[in-house]
This record gives sequence, C-alpha cells and structure tokens, in this order.
Amino acid sequence: MIRFENVSKRYPNGREALSGVSFNMERGDFVFLTGPSGAGKSTLLKLIALIERPTRGTVLVNNQNLARISRRRIPAFRQRLGVVFQDHKLLYDRSVFDNVALPLVIAGASRRETEKRVRAALDQVGLRGRESHAPITLSTGEQQRVGIARAVAPRPDVLIADEPTGNLDPELSLEIMELFTRFNEVGVTLLIATHDLELIERLPHRRLKLVGGQMSGDKKRGRA
Amino acid sequence: MEALRHYFRLHRNNCVDAVARIIRQPFASSLTILVIAIALALPAGLRVAVNNADAVSESWQGAADFTVYLKLDVTTDAARRTARTIEARDDVAAVALVDRDAALAEFRAKSGFGEALDALDANPLPHALVVRPESGVAADVEALASAIGKLPEADVVQVDTAWVARLRAMLALAGRLVDFATVVLGLAVTIVVGNTIRLEINSRSVEIEVTKLVGGTDGFIRRPFLYLGFCYGLAGALVAALVVALGLLLLDAPVRAVAALYGSGFALRGLSLIETGVLLAGGALLGWAGAGLAAARHLRAIEPK
Repeated sequence: MIRFENVSKRYPNGREALSGVSFNMERGDFVFLTGPSGAGKSTLLKLIALIERPTRGTVLVNNQNLARISRRRIPAFRQRLGVVFQDHKLLYDRSVFDNVALPLVIAGASRRETEKRVRAALDQVGLRGRESHAPITLSTGEQQRVGIARAVAPRPDVLIADEPTGNLDPELSLEIMELFTRFNEVGVTLLIATHDLELIERLPHRRLKLVGGQMSGDKKRGRA
Repeated sequence: MEALRHYFRLHRNNCVDAVARIIRQPFASSLTILVIAIALALPAGLRVAVNNADAVSESWQGAADFTVYLKLDVTTDAARRTARTIEARDDVAAVALVDRDAALAEFRAKSGFGEALDALDANPLPHALVVRPESGVAADVEALASAIGKLPEADVVQVDTAWVARLRAMLALAGRLVDFATVVLGLAVTIVVGNTIRLEINSRSVEIEVTKLVGGTDGFIRRPFLYLGFCYGLAGALVAALVVALGLLLLDAPVRAVAALYGSGFALRGLSLIETGVLLAGGALLGWAGAGLAAARHLRAIEPK
C-alpha cells in the first residue's frame, strides 16, 4: 500500500532529512514510525502526502508512483488520503461540522451524504452532538479528534498522522490510539509518526525506526 | 444531475459567503467599494454629459437652415416664385417665405421699437426665405447657399452652421476621451480589486493551506476569491449608478430653468436601462478579473509545509 524504494530527501538548505529509506506496508497494516526529533519522520510523511517531493528514489502509494502525479493531479490524490496533524490544522472561523465536512464538500458529496458522514465521523471520535461548536471552545484533545474526524470522514484507504498525540496527556493519547486501532480494524492502512515510546510499547503494532534520516529498525510484532 | 446540483450549491455558498465577508468588515469594504464607485462613476458621468450634449446639438439640427434675404425691390409675387424655384431643387428639403410685412409687424410687436419704426417712411425689411437643405453636411450646405446666392433676386445669404459642425466635432472628440478614461479607470478598478483580494488571500493563508491539504483543487480554492471580487465590482458599480443618478437629480432643476430661458423643453437624460446594465456588468466583470489576476499570482505561493 505504501512503498519506499531507496528514498532520499535533501532540502534546498542542504540538510539531508532522509537518506536511502526503503520499506513496504501492505493494505490494512498499522505501523508506527518512531525516532528522535529531527530523524526525518515528518519529512517521510510529507513525501506520502506530496507536500514534498523526494530528491532520489521512488515512493508508491496504492501502486501509484507519486513522481508521476503532476501538480494538477495532487488534489485528487490527497482526497483519497487521510492526514492528521500535530497542530490539528482546523479552521477556527468555522464550526466543527464545517471543518469535518470540508473534504466531503471538496469531493462533491451531496448534502445528505455529507451530513451523514460528518455525524458518523464525529460519532466515531466521541464528539457526537458538538457539530455546531466552534473548535476554539474545545479542549486540545477534542480539537485533535475533530482533526481525526475530518481525516476519516471521506473514508480514505490510507491514514497518516504526524505526532497526533504530541500535545496530549497519556490517557487521552491512549484513547486516540484506540480510535486509530478501530479504524485499522475496518481495513484502513495507518502510518503514525510518534516519539511517544511509552505509549506504543503498550500496542502490538509494527514499528519503523528512523535515526538521522536512515531506517535503523523494523520490528514486526503482533499481527503483521 | 447530483454533480450539477452540488456545483450550483457551491457557487451559491461562495456567493453568500462573499457578501457576508463584505458586510463583516463594513469600514474596509466600504472604502474599497467607494474607490471602485468613484472610478466607475467618473466615466459613467462623463458619458451621460456627452450624451446630453449630443442630444442638445441634435435639437439644433435646424441650424443647418439658412436664410436668404431678397433684394428690397422684389415683390411679394416675385418672392413666392423664387421660393418655388428654390424648393424645386433636389438638394432642398423645404423653403419658408418670411413676408416683409409680417416680419415688420412681428418686429414691431416684440422688439419695443414700435415708435422708432413709425418714424420710417417705408418697411426697411426685405422678404426672406428660410431654406432647409436636404443634407446637413457643412460642404453641401455651403454649395447650396452659394448657388442660391447667385439668383438675381437674392441679396444676402446668411449661413450659420460652421459652429454647429465645430461643436459636433468637439463632442466626437469628447466621446473619444471618455472612451479612453473608461479604459484607464476600468484598469484602475481591476487593480484596486486585485490588491484587495491579494490582502484577503494573505489573511486567509491558513484556510488555503488546509484546503489544499485535504485535496481542494485550485478552482475550489480560487472560487471564493473570484466571487468576492465579483461582489466588490458589482457593489462599486451600483454605488456609481446611484452617484450618477444623484448628480442628475441635483442638476435637473437648473438645467430645466436654463432650457426654459431658451424656449426649449430639454431635460437631462440619465443612463438608459442598457447603459446601467453595461455599468453593472462591467463593474462585476472588472472585479472578477482583478480577483482572477490576484488569485493566479498569489494562490500558488501558498503551499502546505
């Protein structure tokens, strides 16, 4: 589902964020991407979301070579990819409903379909009934869950998340991870970047470890 | 069908959102709209002025008429014959005879020189013919006048159309200048809206970034800004139309008074329905274009990081 072949990324300032990274994820995998800050986790996720392009190597998502996706086709690609950000990236001048509905509106879902899916997504993240609230009135954990609801509302095949529990206390973090596990159970492929080792020790998923831009570990555990 | 409904719903939402945004910042928005309105009211107002001057000069079309004063010794019968001769020409539309006795009576009644006239032995006025040429072209009128001047009965031919020709030429020039001003000020509207939209794009960069991240196409992201430009242009054009109408309202009474002094029923003409339509559509289109330019230039720069 996600395949990196000898991928390197050097930024214009000369810093090499990734060097020669290769790995493969099958459909339905749940993988943690770990490593210290600055190890290249965010860069790796940005390559998947086509926010950045690799300097060398090949990235395949759903058997599609991302190098072949022109700038014009990036929106269509992103519509099939769920992305969760550490800083939520919510729009604070809109209601929770409008935030979660955004990708559905972009994709051209009917009003009824949009309402149904937004409610379902908010229900899944435990925010049923908060549709009309302003995001700013919610706690950080709740805002993160709105961000997750937005990512899963269009029912993407692949969900990537960059430090989704970065600002949350351990209890909330575990809740979020349980949420991701439930998505994984219905077939969503997940790649979650986190440096919260304590948290992922408690979960039985495969771990990829990046150090200094290189793949330094690939632990397959549990059902892999 | 569903896709079409979705498309129209998006457009309606964009439109409602644009109006809401303009209303939400009343001060900044009204400044922008006023600048646009002034830039549009100027050419619109000048256009109205030229149209009215045209209308006035048209009512002077009769000024192509010229007067032939016959010699004093021409009798009334001879004058009638001359009139018929002239009227028979192909290049003459009509001839009116001003009888010398009737002219004297009128002069006596209206001029207040009645007693002075009594001191005269005989009527000092000649018979006169007012000739209306078929063609209003200055050269044709001149040719006709000189031909009639050679008739033995004719004494003096008085043509007074040169200034009308000059006025018409100047009005045509004024019309061209208004065209030029319209283009320049239209460009100004585009720039004003473009700059406003540029600021709007900058202040909404987070929204644009997030929309791009969740798969928003360039068209989807651009559309709200195009509608905003469209609404600014349309609002500016509406205010411009009101300004022109208000100006006409203020000038109407004085113009009527002046016209009455000249014995004319002339009244100011405002923008016609079509001209108003062109003004509104033009304003909206220029706003749209300005927004399109700003969007093309600045939306690409905002990419997710």
